[in-house]
Amino acid sequence: MIKPRSRLLPTPMLSVLLLIVWLMLQNSVAPGQILLGAVLAIAIPILTYRFWEPQPDLQKPWRLISYFLRVIMDIIIANLQVSYLILNPRAKFRPAFVRYPLELEEKFPITLLSSTITLTPGTVSAYLTLDGRHLIIHALDVEDEQELIDEIRQRYERPLKEIFEC
Amino acid sequence: MPTWFYPVLEGVIAFFLVAGGLFAFIGSLGLTHLKDFYMRLHGPSKTTTLGVGCVLMASMIYFRATTGHFSFQEMLVSIFLFITAPVTAHLLSKAALHQKLVADSRTRNVPERLEVAEEPDEVNAESSESRLP
Repeated sequence: MIKPRSRLLPTPMLSVLLLIVWLMLQNSVAPGQILLGAVLAIAIPILTYRFWEPQPDLQKPWRLISYFLRVIMDIIIANLQVSYLILNPRAKFRPAFVRYPLELEEKFPITLLSSTITLTPGTVSAYLTLDGRHLIIHALDVEDEQELIDEIRQRYERPLKEIFEC
Repeated sequence: MPTWFYPVLEGVIAFFLVAGGLFAFIGSLGLTHLKDFYMRLHGPSKTTTLGVGCVLMASMIYFRATTGHFSFQEMLVSIFLFITAPVTAHLLSKAALHQKLVADSRTRNVPERLEVAEEPDEVNAESSESRLP
C-alpha cells in the first residue's frame, strides 16, 4: 500500500495516465469526454490505491523513449530470427536455461526487464527466484551463456537501472 | 492528398496486412514444429505480437486515409498486447517449471528443483483450527 500525499489524488501519474487512456479509447477530445475521463481518473485511484505498491520514481524519464525504440527494433529482429528458426528444417537448436543474476532490485523495473527479455530475440523469461535476485531464462539457441547474460545486461538492464535508480 | 498517393497507400496497407498474416502464421507453425513446451512458447510470445501489430498498423493507416482523422484505439490495443503477452508467457513457463514438464533432451541446465514459498504458520494454524468440529 502506498502513502498518499493528497487524499484527492493519491497517485497523480496514474490519474494522468487514466485520463489519456480514456481519451484514446473514446478517440475524441470533446469536453464531455474530458469531464467523464477526469471523473474516472480521480475516482479509480481513490478506490484502488490501497492495492498499489509504492513504485520507484522515474529518474530519467526521457531515456524511456530511446529504450522503447530500441526494444521495438529488437522485437522486429527477434521475429525475423524466430521465423527463420521455425521455417528452416535444418536449424540447429541449442536450447538452454540460463540463470541471470539481477542487478535491479525494485519490482516494477524487474517486471519491465523480464517482459523485454520475453519480447526480444530467442529468450523467454521463465521464472523469478523467490528472493528476487535471479531470473531464469529459457533461450532457444544459445552458444555461450555468459555472452547472453552480458548482452542482456548491456542492452536492457543498465538502461533500466539508469532510468529508475541512479 | 494527391490522387497518385492512394495506390501507394494501398500498397503500404497491403504490405502490412500480408506481413502481419505471415508472422501470425509462422508463429502458429512454430507451435506444431518445435520440440518441447518451453520452445513452443517462443513462437506465440513473439511472432503473434508483431503479427497483430502489423495488422493494427494497416488498420490505422486505412482509417487515417478513409475517414481523415487519426484513430488511437489500434495503438492502445498494441500497447495492451505488448504488456500482456510477456506476462502470459512468464506465467505459462513458470507453471510448466513447477509441473516439471520434460524439456527437450538437448536443453542444458534444466532447473532441477524450484524453491517453494514457505507458508506462514498463522495460516496453517487457522486452517487446522477451522477443520476441527
